[in-house]
Amino acid sequence: MRPTSSPHTPLLSPEAPTDTTRRGFLIGSAAAAGALIVGFGSSGRFAVAGDSRLVPNPFVGVLSDNTVVVIAKHFEMGQGTTTGLATIIAEELDADWADVKVEFAPANTKIYANLLFGAQGTGGSTAIANSFDQYRQAGAMARDLLVRAAAKTWNVPASEITVSSGTLSHASGKSSRFGALVKTASELVLAAEPKLKSPSDYKLIGKEGVPRKDSVAKTNGTANFAIDVKLDDMVYAVVARPPRFGGKVKSFNDKGARAVKGVVDVQQIPQGVVVYAKNTWGAIKGREALEVVWDNDGAEGRSSDAIMAEHHAKLDKPGRVARNDGQADEALAGAAKKIRADFSLPLLAHAPMEPLNCVIRVNLDNTAAEVWDGCQFPSLAQPTIARILGMKPDQVFINTVYAGGSFGRRATPTSDYHAQAAEAVKAIGGRYPVKLMWTREDDLRGGYYRPMFAERIEAGVDEAGKPVAWKHSLAGKSILIGTFFENALVKDGIDSTSVEGGNTLPYAIPNLRVDVRNTEMPIPVLWWRAVGHTHTAFTTEIAIDMLAEAAEQDPVAFRLSLLERHPRHAGVLKLATEKAGWGTALDKGRGRGVAVHESFNSFVAQVVEVTANADGEIKVDRVVCAVDCGIVINPDVVRAQMEGGVGYGLGAAMRNKITLTDGQVDQENFPDYEPLRISDMPKVEVHIVNSTEKPTGVGEPGVPPIAPALANAIFAATGKRITSQPFTDADITFAS
Amino acid sequence: MQTIKVNGRTHRVDVDADTPVLWVIRDELGLTGTKFGCGVAACGACTVHVDGTPMRSCQLTVEDAAGSDVRTIEAIDGPVAKAVQDAWRKLDVVQCGYCQSGQIMQAISLLESNRQPSDEDIDSEMGGNACRCATYQRIRAAIHLASKTLEA
Repeated sequence: MRPTSSPHTPLLSPEAPTDTTRRGFLIGSAAAAGALIVGFGSSGRFAVAGDSRLVPNPFVGVLSDNTVVVIAKHFEMGQGTTTGLATIIAEELDADWADVKVEFAPANTKIYANLLFGAQGTGGSTAIANSFDQYRQAGAMARDLLVRAAAKTWNVPASEITVSSGTLSHASGKSSRFGALVKTASELVLAAEPKLKSPSDYKLIGKEGVPRKDSVAKTNGTANFAIDVKLDDMVYAVVARPPRFGGKVKSFNDKGARAVKGVVDVQQIPQGVVVYAKNTWGAIKGREALEVVWDNDGAEGRSSDAIMAEHHAKLDKPGRVARNDGQADEALAGAAKKIRADFSLPLLAHAPMEPLNCVIRVNLDNTAAEVWDGCQFPSLAQPTIARILGMKPDQVFINTVYAGGSFGRRATPTSDYHAQAAEAVKAIGGRYPVKLMWTREDDLRGGYYRPMFAERIEAGVDEAGKPVAWKHSLAGKSILIGTFFENALVKDGIDSTSVEGGNTLPYAIPNLRVDVRNTEMPIPVLWWRAVGHTHTAFTTEIAIDMLAEAAEQDPVAFRLSLLERHPRHAGVLKLATEKAGWGTALDKGRGRGVAVHESFNSFVAQVVEVTANADGEIKVDRVVCAVDCGIVINPDVVRAQMEGGVGYGLGAAMRNKITLTDGQVDQENFPDYEPLRISDMPKVEVHIVNSTEKPTGVGEPGVPPIAPALANAIFAATGKRITSQPFTDADITFAS
Repeated sequence: MQTIKVNGRTHRVDVDADTPVLWVIRDELGLTGTKFGCGVAACGACTVHVDGTPMRSCQLTVEDAAGSDVRTIEAIDGPVAKAVQDAWRKLDVVQCGYCQSGQIMQAISLLESNRQPSDEDIDSEMGGNACRCATYQRIRAAIHLASKTLEA
């Protein structure tokens, strides 16, 4: 059984195996994967034959039943990318949106690379940015073939043919849906450079009323996530892992576990001890009955308070200089008024709703493997699984399915959960297909957190209130040092993801220094929706508010006076504050705060309004958000990502933290890592800047401004400055 | 062997009596629209209707469900369910979509008992259903839209 959310035969993926001989289907898979690697054939056409479909390139196919299949090289974690990619192709193809379906691409770094990474993967809010030209060309190429096929069939000039909503027409009265022309079109030679539409002719891009492609399947229970995959003979695996990061198995006794109904095996792997069972419940209960003695030699034994104190102590020592304009120390010494703040930001778990899981099966002679995963980074997962199974990467076929959230968690440089699943399959000699299942406890305690950061900002203004100096010091564990990404993104020991947003501070301050100290700990850390910007936006946008206060200036006017050379920052700041009625009076106990931040080449400003009630509890009433992400593909998806970014950042800022006591994570499940609830969700209004700049991402940029804007609003309402997260640790209580 | 009635059909399943209904419907019956999110009734992703009442299927054992009629997202129908699903689609509520079966099951129950819920009613009734994508604003709007459809 190969579950698929598409009702038609997969276009470029292997056929569903109908028999239960695992050898049979895997030969089919490998052959299909091989065909993809061949890529373009001698005719220049993508090497998938067949007269019932037109496949001019690896990104789009048109079937004889008029269906347009868009192949998404990026995965869907909710960010709307599949809808966006489909929109781009449908636009250039002049397809009928109702005919468009989306399939996920198989793993193939050459064909499906993220053009900004040179590897197949989704992240950094790059999906639309890197695909825009490529997918427009792909759609235009298919349109050109259909137009020429119609011209040939009707014996009229191609230039006289119009295409609209999946129908080609000629003034003579002839018309045809796409499907009837597929066979003729597939025999034509591709045009070298098909003409792209002028943006003024767009009917889908930037328009309202283009619905998401995944709404129906996600509202009737049919959307297929990896956790939903069930294969013949599949066993469910849960792993008992060391309770301390860096710990190892010393010994274990599996007698109790094996006595649990449904348990079929227990095996040690490098990551811990796996319990395999015929169902999830059996595996979970089997693990509870397992006795493991752990070797904590070299494991993390500290508590998070002590680790944070070490981070703060490091701020007093010199750091690696990430930016150095003018003479920050001298200028600060000579400033008329100064501010200084020390900030603490905790470890954070991503906690996607779908606990991590992955299904892998291998064939009988261990020459091919098939994987089902909400796969964020095939170019990492595929070689990792292959290495563990003793295969070549192209022997591992990945079926990407919907991901129940990620926020960055599914792309780890080590492919941690894929590796665990591969080890689990390997440890039973591939006898059964394995579904690796994490519980919520496994997820919250599984590491790969947003790193904790200690930061200090000192700044000063002159007599006229003009900023003269800014010193920003950071201490935190690098995400990238020691990984595949180090060469590209770490320079002179400075991890760009540690300082991003801080070393790109847009404000005109002549003397400015940013320096960073890399800290060490066995706890693995990872990008968490908006990465370094999650802490640098918080610290810089609170500090700039403090500096405005020192300068006795309005926070918005002060920022704008320093953004003359950054019109897109200024643009969103003006738009958000104008829409929010910045400057108008608020009742006593209410306050407004603002923040503006660029991340991933998109610009977002947010104004937060809060009310402090009689008991001093804070209610977040409203967020007014302005975003400039260049050309907008789907405005409703942009709004949804801003709303979601606000909610994600808000929940974390209010009350989320991962803490450790003697090296063990304290939090267990949602009751002590409480997600944002519907009653916490403010009214969010999103305003989009009309732009002709290249499209940039929206998945992450909504997150960074919300925490500082909220802190600044609480200051406006109560006079209390917040410099640490979560806010509940800064003695803020939120109204329920 | 345990006996469980799901979506109008009675099944015999070879599981322990303490197995949560969640895992029976997902692993044994292949009804995967109902999701696992926390296992401790703190997220609502596993919400099903048991004799018409919304319940967290991760906390209900197959033994305790014997004699009850369990209904899952796959088998909802009727005017309220249709109004809710239509509203969810009209407003493109979903993002990752993983929690939405549970949200929809809870919303249907809310509207079955309260055809014109206020924002406060919605926040109260939907408070146990977590959405990490934070689609809450649209969930509220979709429930109001479904309410309007049902009034018409």
